[in-house]
Amino acid sequence: MTATAERPTPTAPRPKATVRLGDRVFSLATVLSGSLILLVLVLVALFLIVQSIPALFAKPGEIPNQATNFWTYVGPLVFGTVWAAILALIIATPLSLGIALFISHYAPRRIAAVLGYIIDLLAAVPSVVFGLWGVLVLAPFIQPFYNTLVDHVGWIPLFAGPVSGTGKTILTAAIVLAVMCLPIMTAVMREIFLQAPVLHEEAALALGATRWEMIRMAVLPFARSGIVSAVMLGLGRALGETLAIAIVLSPATVVNVFLLTSQNPNTIAANIALQFNEAQGVGLNTLIASGLILFVITLLVNMAARFVVNRRKAFSGAN
Amino acid sequence: MSVAVRSSRATTSNTLTAGKLPKGAPWGLLIVSWAIFVGIFLLLKASGTTADFNIVGALFFGTILFDVLIVVISMVVEGGRKAKDRLVTSLVTTAFIVTLLPLVSLIYTVISRGVARFDANYFSESMRNVIGAGGGALHAIVGTLEITAFAALISIPIGLLTSIYLVEYGRGRLARAITFFVDVMTGIPSIVAGLFAFALFSLFLGPAFRAGVVGSIALSVLMIPVVVRSSEEILKIVPNELREASFALGVPKWLTILKIVLPTSIAGLTTGVMLAISRVIGETAPLLLTTGFTTSMNYDLFNDRMMTLPVFVYTQYANQGPDATPFVERAWTGALVLILIVMALNLLARLIGKIFSPKLSRR
Repeated sequence: MTATAERPTPTAPRPKATVRLGDRVFSLATVLSGSLILLVLVLVALFLIVQSIPALFAKPGEIPNQATNFWTYVGPLVFGTVWAAILALIIATPLSLGIALFISHYAPRRIAAVLGYIIDLLAAVPSVVFGLWGVLVLAPFIQPFYNTLVDHVGWIPLFAGPVSGTGKTILTAAIVLAVMCLPIMTAVMREIFLQAPVLHEEAALALGATRWEMIRMAVLPFARSGIVSAVMLGLGRALGETLAIAIVLSPATVVNVFLLTSQNPNTIAANIALQFNEAQGVGLNTLIASGLILFVITLLVNMAARFVVNRRKAFSGAN
Repeated sequence: MSVAVRSSRATTSNTLTAGKLPKGAPWGLLIVSWAIFVGIFLLLKASGTTADFNIVGALFFGTILFDVLIVVISMVVEGGRKAKDRLVTSLVTTAFIVTLLPLVSLIYTVISRGVARFDANYFSESMRNVIGAGGGALHAIVGTLEITAFAALISIPIGLLTSIYLVEYGRGRLARAITFFVDVMTGIPSIVAGLFAFALFSLFLGPAFRAGVVGSIALSVLMIPVVVRSSEEILKIVPNELREASFALGVPKWLTILKIVLPTSIAGLTTGVMLAISRVIGETAPLLLTTGFTTSMNYDLFNDRMMTLPVFVYTQYANQGPDATPFVERAWTGALVLILIVMALNLLARLIGKIFSPKLSRR
């Protein structure tokens, strides 16, 4: 680099490398802004921790919901967050696998790109619109099905009654969540499926395999780690989703696994959105501390997902 | 004579197509099973069992009927392996169609319910002193545009410089760390970004401080990683020959980047930036925490509460008055405007990318 070249010695006169001010300034600016990103991430953690400390050491009675300490307050919320995200993934994983396979291996070449774009459109819909749709369209539409489920298979604990009359249950919220984290999962899986070695696929077909046998033998083994990380990226999205849950769910401070009742465990993010503007004092610190917990959970999930993905190839949901 | 010809043709075609369904069979079957359920649902409506004709339900159950039919028929005609293949094909297609249903339903609902208030008042009035019907979202639209513009003003330089660092300068541990954590940052929940901006400002200005600029900071935390990732991809595909030619002419590195690399990739960079804007413009949760909400106009980004379109949609739904209809109507129209803005940004971005990108091949 010209900027760091040493001065020419008198014995070996070489043309002096010019140290240009422009180069210095420019490279310094890029390094600084790069480091700024790392700094922001550290600051996010730091500010959240600072603001959480009063809640972590709060005395009984200061925390909302008659919780004795912070952990009993945040426990049900953590459960609700993870439970809703898992339900959403149970719905979204097979669907996004199907869509990704459809676009990469089944749809006619000419329209595959268009179909991919249509799925990307789903990602462009703001979450508040999904929430509105979920509560005003999906919930009334699906409520009769819930009635039927409770009437006929209510003996399964998951579907135990009493059924919610509004359809604003955790299952509805999970369906909305599933639709919302489909695009990122589909995008990652599609990318990985398209990278599967074409020669292997053709060899399988040449040996007389049907299309499904070809996919099972040549594509899926190749894409396994990609599928895992796609699911984890989807999990990250589902864990952090706020407004759709805040609008669709009718929450309560409970821990249960009933899908169809009106007593649903709330999620951390939705709880913050619903309580934030009325909260003050330690209540505010409690909400920020629960946000810190959410931050840590999603950070771990995302780092794990990125770790798996980066071993394979540089691919991110952002492009 | 004719009998003999037909039988010989039958035997020749038998060797290749025996035990196979004709080519168009799946599509025909799909349309038939859709038609069956459209018929059933029309009958239900005619008999008065259901209030509305339910096109979504008809397509959904029609597709499931198709899945069952195709597997059974294929099992009988083509045998087990082929039937399994058909099963997977139909399942995969079903997954795609099932996913399209919410999208179609959502777009249909937003448009059909949103047009009710899609009028001149909506774009020329705020909600000040409006109790029931009437009013508009001008204050929210202005707020959204201002806050997003300021967020873009923060994010674009930082994001671009970082991607330049990663592509042109970055080697070693720092570059690897930045790449990894930018990826991780794309997954930060939006509400955590909001909490961060809130915590940052409340340290200095107290917890009651609400202003548009806090929202901009929160949005830029979400936007920077997206800008970095997309610009990095674009800068990487600028051919190295261009840089080398420029160095060979004695042009310093920073001028090479400014005059050669960036102009070559400007179309792609613009696309990436606009996609990033379209991603954050619909964010609700961070703005709900940081900018608060108001019914009045506020042009000042650094002072006082500011309404934004996503928050407007949310508050109209969440805080309905005694007569809910005008509130819900305003919410739907807000959703429609929001989707229109996002779609317009998306389309424009892709168009710019298509039209202005340099032609790499000589044709």
